[in-house]
Amino acid sequence: MAEIEIKNLHKSFGDFVAVKNSNLIIENKEFFVLLGPSGCGKTTTLRMIAGLELPTSGNIYLDKEDVGYLRASQRDIAFVFQLFALYPHMNVRNNLAFPLKMQKLSRSEVDAKVLEAAKLLRIDHLLKSKVSSLAGGDRQRVALGRALVRRPKAFLMDEPLGTLDAEFRELMCLELRKLHDDIDATTVYVTHDQQEAMSMADRIAVMNEGVVLQADSPKVIYNKPKTKFVANFIGSPGMNFIPINEKISPSQSSIKLLDSSLNIPEQKEGTDSNENFLGVRPENLKLVSENGVKGNVFGVEYLGSRKILTIETQLGNIKIRVDSDTQVNINEQIQFDTLNNNQIIFDGSNDKALQSEFMS
Amino acid sequence: MDTSRSPLEATGFSRKLAATIIIVYMIVTLIPITWMVATSFKSVDSAISYPPEVFFEPSLEGYVNLFTNRSRQPKDYLDSLPPPDTWYEELVRSREMVITGPSKFLPRYSNSLIIGFGATFFSVFLGSLAAYALSRFKVPLKDDLLFFILSTRMFPPIAVAVPIFIMYRKLGLGDTHVGMIILYTVVNLSLSVWLLKGFMDEIPREYEEAAMIDGYSRMQAFFKVVLPQATTGIAATAIFCMIFSWNEYAFAVLLTQFNAQTAPPFIPTIIGEGGLDWPAIGAGTTLFLIPVMIFTVVLRKHLLRGITFGAVRK
Repeated sequence: MAEIEIKNLHKSFGDFVAVKNSNLIIENKEFFVLLGPSGCGKTTTLRMIAGLELPTSGNIYLDKEDVGYLRASQRDIAFVFQLFALYPHMNVRNNLAFPLKMQKLSRSEVDAKVLEAAKLLRIDHLLKSKVSSLAGGDRQRVALGRALVRRPKAFLMDEPLGTLDAEFRELMCLELRKLHDDIDATTVYVTHDQQEAMSMADRIAVMNEGVVLQADSPKVIYNKPKTKFVANFIGSPGMNFIPINEKISPSQSSIKLLDSSLNIPEQKEGTDSNENFLGVRPENLKLVSENGVKGNVFGVEYLGSRKILTIETQLGNIKIRVDSDTQVNINEQIQFDTLNNNQIIFDGSNDKALQSEFMS
Repeated sequence: MDTSRSPLEATGFSRKLAATIIIVYMIVTLIPITWMVATSFKSVDSAISYPPEVFFEPSLEGYVNLFTNRSRQPKDYLDSLPPPDTWYEELVRSREMVITGPSKFLPRYSNSLIIGFGATFFSVFLGSLAAYALSRFKVPLKDDLLFFILSTRMFPPIAVAVPIFIMYRKLGLGDTHVGMIILYTVVNLSLSVWLLKGFMDEIPREYEEAAMIDGYSRMQAFFKVVLPQATTGIAATAIFCMIFSWNEYAFAVLLTQFNAQTAPPFIPTIIGEGGLDWPAIGAGTTLFLIPVMIFTVVLRKHLLRGITFGAVRK
């Protein structure tokens, strides 16, 4: 198993820059997720680690060894594709044995390793089946089996659950994570699905437009996003951004909002810009009967365990998460206030979060 | 209204119309072939009788004549010979002739097999390599290259017969198996590159990428993972190449004579006594049909899938 380090990695296709000078360290035995919208460069990064694309510049270290410009076959890593890429002309056993056939093992060694991998994934009863006859989940397991059968240094997965139906996806999320823990693997996992990322990852790197914006544990990513993009991309719905027309100075601990003032965590940084944003998660707002920000209920989304209210206010549309038994009607006048002192101020000039008591 | 049928299904009338058209087409195509096969089982007299005989007494004379050279002998010489050992000697003896040796049909037939299958193999093999490269790699001037390959089929190949004839004579390739295999391969390549490129484009790159990550070189990945999945395309392409090389007549007449002559130029020259030996020609053509027929039937499933391949996304 291995540590993967990416240094100043850059990749452009003609004029299009897919990955911009990215730096990442993926630690040994870590389940690391690359998360971002489509076209953000996460798959390209993964393919460069795999050796399916060569970097335009920069280095990739696998256990301190520079592998950035080696062939895929010389890197000792495994890759699970979104569409599984099981060889349709081979049965399950041959698919699993395929990576071993290059390793000059004896027949019995190959058989033993195939059986071991199959048992681990509970597909040992399917070894003689054709891959075309398998259900989606079993195909997924075969694809995983083919990846882990030769115990590579690292597993790379490109949206491997993307084609499964929702019910199955949750199950596979659990299985994948358990598998990762059982075999002490180092896994790099690419997805655009934040739920997958949050539920499985030790650490998540959020990417956008070829740049790694933040790499942290799911909890830190969610609670202390470093940029507006991360704050908005993670969480459903994303964070509320309320414009504040006020220059923020270090050690400031309240801001003016409409006519009243709002306490915020003590700031450790200031801004040059007069146009900044207050970021607050929908669940950190509550309905109050007086002294709150007034607004009209614009929309109500019922989500079973909770409701998401969209409130039209002078500050723009604000989303609030409330209990599902809260009674509100469309167009009703309501008031709301902040719940905790964990708001984040984003610098309007560069969309970055300011350091504060809460953020550090 | 009959709602048990899907609206996409053909109605009774159009089904009947389709069946009628197919039957008429079948009759039109099958009559000459039936006549040819029938002729091969007629006697020489019956084959040229007028009005044509639809019902006749079958005879293997055509096949015997196809495989043998015979000479007519005076009656007293024939009487002096020991009685014939085999049924075919007896048949020939009854025409007052004796067998002087095997005819050239078998060597010509095996030339056809060697050249036909050889050219098909190389067309498909080289074609699939080129198609893979053109499908996967950035090749400079790719579009122009593809158009050039296609353009070699825009004129009938025989249009370049004279330069090829001269070239082959200088190179010593005239009347050789190698020469004919090269020629047919070259003519077929444009078809095979274009057809196979279409099939290769349909095979997701993930397969060979998976193989390369698993420790295989690109060449190994091509042979172990890509080619097996292109079977459909390869079968379809092979049939087209085979049919061309097998049937080709003009170049065979022009370039082959003694050593590498194929069956097509040979069969029409089978001359019996007092004109063409129609039953023997019929027999030769019938036997000539069989390999392509077997080849096509064996690959038939792939051919059908091949034609519609890629039309609908799976």
